[in-house]
Amino acid sequence: MSKWLEGKGKENDIVISSRIRLARNIENIKFPYLMNKDDSEEVINNIKKAIIESNTVLSRDFDFHRLNKISPLDRKVLAEKHLISHNLLETPEKSGFLLSKDEKVTIMINEEDHIRIQVLFPGLELYKSWELCSNIDDVLEENIKYAFDEKLGYLTCCPTNIGTGMRASVMLHLPCLVLTGQINKILQAVSQIGLTVRGIYGEGTDALGDLFQISNQTTLGETEEEIIDKLKNIVIQIIAKERSARDTLLTKKRTEIEDRVFRSWGILTNSRIIDSKEAMKLLSHVRMGIEMGIIKDIGLQVINKLMFSTQPATIQKYSGIDLDAKQRDIKRAKFIREKLKN
Amino acid sequence: MLCDECGKNKSTVHYTKILNGKKEEIHLCDECAKDYKQFDIDSSFSIHNFLTGLLDNMQEGPFKNVNYVHELKCNRCGLTYNQFRETGKFGCSECYKSFHDKLIPLLKRIHRHDSHIGKVPKRAGSKIRIKKEITKLKNKLEIAVKKEEYEKAAELRDKIKELKNQIDSD
Repeated sequence: MSKWLEGKGKENDIVISSRIRLARNIENIKFPYLMNKDDSEEVINNIKKAIIESNTVLSRDFDFHRLNKISPLDRKVLAEKHLISHNLLETPEKSGFLLSKDEKVTIMINEEDHIRIQVLFPGLELYKSWELCSNIDDVLEENIKYAFDEKLGYLTCCPTNIGTGMRASVMLHLPCLVLTGQINKILQAVSQIGLTVRGIYGEGTDALGDLFQISNQTTLGETEEEIIDKLKNIVIQIIAKERSARDTLLTKKRTEIEDRVFRSWGILTNSRIIDSKEAMKLLSHVRMGIEMGIIKDIGLQVINKLMFSTQPATIQKYSGIDLDAKQRDIKRAKFIREKLKN
Repeated sequence: MLCDECGKNKSTVHYTKILNGKKEEIHLCDECAKDYKQFDIDSSFSIHNFLTGLLDNMQEGPFKNVNYVHELKCNRCGLTYNQFRETGKFGCSECYKSFHDKLIPLLKRIHRHDSHIGKVPKRAGSKIRIKKEITKLKNKLEIAVKKEEYEKAAELRDKIKELKNQIDSD
């Protein structure tokens, strides 16, 4: 489950993951939302070939999947694990993806653009992600003619992605900035310098479980390295702010914090019915307790994985039978109890 | 309780609206709730709405109310400029050329820049480098001709020819 979360990245007490996504299109073919079946087949086959039949290590690393060959439930699970985007689910007949065996790289085919390369690493690893992403980009380009304009760069379906076609993002766990109420000021400041903040499931979602996704807003006029540098610089400052909020809370409100952490722990290890929103909130507080040294005998990774695996479709999948919302909440409570007992 | 809209299915969505102290309750089934317009107040605002807003703002001055862009169309995929305005999405890479004049101010508004300085694809990239070299040589050629350095000019002309052939043979 959520294999990509395995391994330790930098600053992994606060940074859950780093992600780089590149948008690319093929010359002379209509963008996915306008393309016919023949075009979409051609694109899928070309991209599949470019990777699977390439003379590189990548050829053995990737498995190809056609979206319409995967059950609707499994598709949702993949999206909840962040391996594919929710957008890709909307056109199962036209779309597919290549997934690396370690689940760190996905090449989505016929999402909003013909190609979306995504690299995910745990912790703060933006440069590592970019390098890998760029290498895969080079391999694809050996066999595919990209839509590229000298002045405008990589051409994308939506003009908000033009230029580098790159979206770099970092997922942060900021429970203490939320508790102290500093978060809003910080988020406001961040949006004034060309970065955007979202909840963990992308555009228009709430900050579930005190998790925030910070990414670059613009893609044209800066080099990829400049974009990453700026993002990294801001992220490091936010990390410092979260750490200092933790210190303040530990010295000034130790009992209140301990109370919150242990109450959350108590509910998670005893509840019999729990919805995903409540689970995320409590898991966030337990994670905070671990980071602050209040809870000692459980690893961060257990909680990280629970945060991704207690989403509705994943719980449904885990139980193996069709569940309504209530039954799912019961299963979720049981699942969490079992994971936390070990 | 049955759905207020279709009156057939069991209602699962219950919506209470209090406006100026007046309370209104609505009960809907899943299907009807999806189509119910009043729920769209917050959720319908996406990046594409923003883009459309930006585009509309750009039509200022005396022509504001004249729909003079109506006939603008992409030569390759047939997408009209108005369709782009509605969705915020282009139909193909050629659209960037077809709508070029309208596009540059829009890009400046979104990105605050209008030229790419990042990664260049290796294959297409070598062509771009050659093109830039050709422009440079052409400038030199002009200077050489002006100075009446015909030997040098001939040399430059041959070089340009060679580079042009390289591009064409790709």
